[in-house]
Amino acid sequence: MRINLSGVFVNDQQKALRFYTETLGFRLKHNIPLGEFAWITVVSEEAPEGTELLLEPDAHPAVRPFISALVEDGIPSTSFAVDNVEAEHERLVAKGVRFVQPPTDLGPVITAVFDDTCGNLIQIAQEKTQS
Amino acid sequence: MQAHYCISGGLTCKRALAYNALVDVYRAIADPTRRAILDELVERSGQTLFELCARLTMKHGINSSRQAVAQHLDVLEAAGLIRTRRAGRSKLHWFEGSPLKAIAERWPYLTDEGGTEK
Repeated sequence: MRINLSGVFVNDQQKALRFYTETLGFRLKHNIPLGEFAWITVVSEEAPEGTELLLEPDAHPAVRPFISALVEDGIPSTSFAVDNVEAEHERLVAKGVRFVQPPTDLGPVITAVFDDTCGNLIQIAQEKTQS
Repeated sequence: MQAHYCISGGLTCKRALAYNALVDVYRAIADPTRRAILDELVERSGQTLFELCARLTMKHGINSSRQAVAQHLDVLEAAGLIRTRRAGRSKLHWFEGSPLKAIAERWPYLTDEGGTEK
């Protein structure tokens, strides 16, 4: 068994596709129209055959209250691995991304949390190398 | 009003009210987890519950549930030691030190000579 797909609920799939590709830098993998919505997945440029991220519509009535409660308490919907949180923070701030938590050293990891403009908070995390 | 004077035992109304507020401050800072929360908010203002929980776990080894930390935040807010504000859709927390001033005023720091510190 393998984990090949994970996902985030987004309030606008086309806006999300732009944010996750043009701003974050992921690559579009699938964009299959399914009536009102589409099956849209993106992958990392660093691992194009790796786990796909599904940009899933938040149309189910349970989703928005759920995501709102998470966002109120600052809880991210998912987390992406980066080599250097400080450098990513600088790159994304220059592109206009709003961070609710700047790079924070938590001992074994450095994390930061930003708003994906489609309803979610997203964490980026850098594991410190053991030296 | 009469009841107020009975309870306060000679304190003026204003001082009795200040004293009641202080009881909460003493209770609020009596708990080590709540002191750790204030330490972290002094280090960085404007944190979400998620960030505070991460800092308590990773830096202080405090593995309280989010609900427990939220209750600690309620006690600190009731004592006036933190303020909250919404930023976008998130709720952020700030340290508010002014209630601690009343403690320093009640027991002013004395030098060896018995005078208050300059």
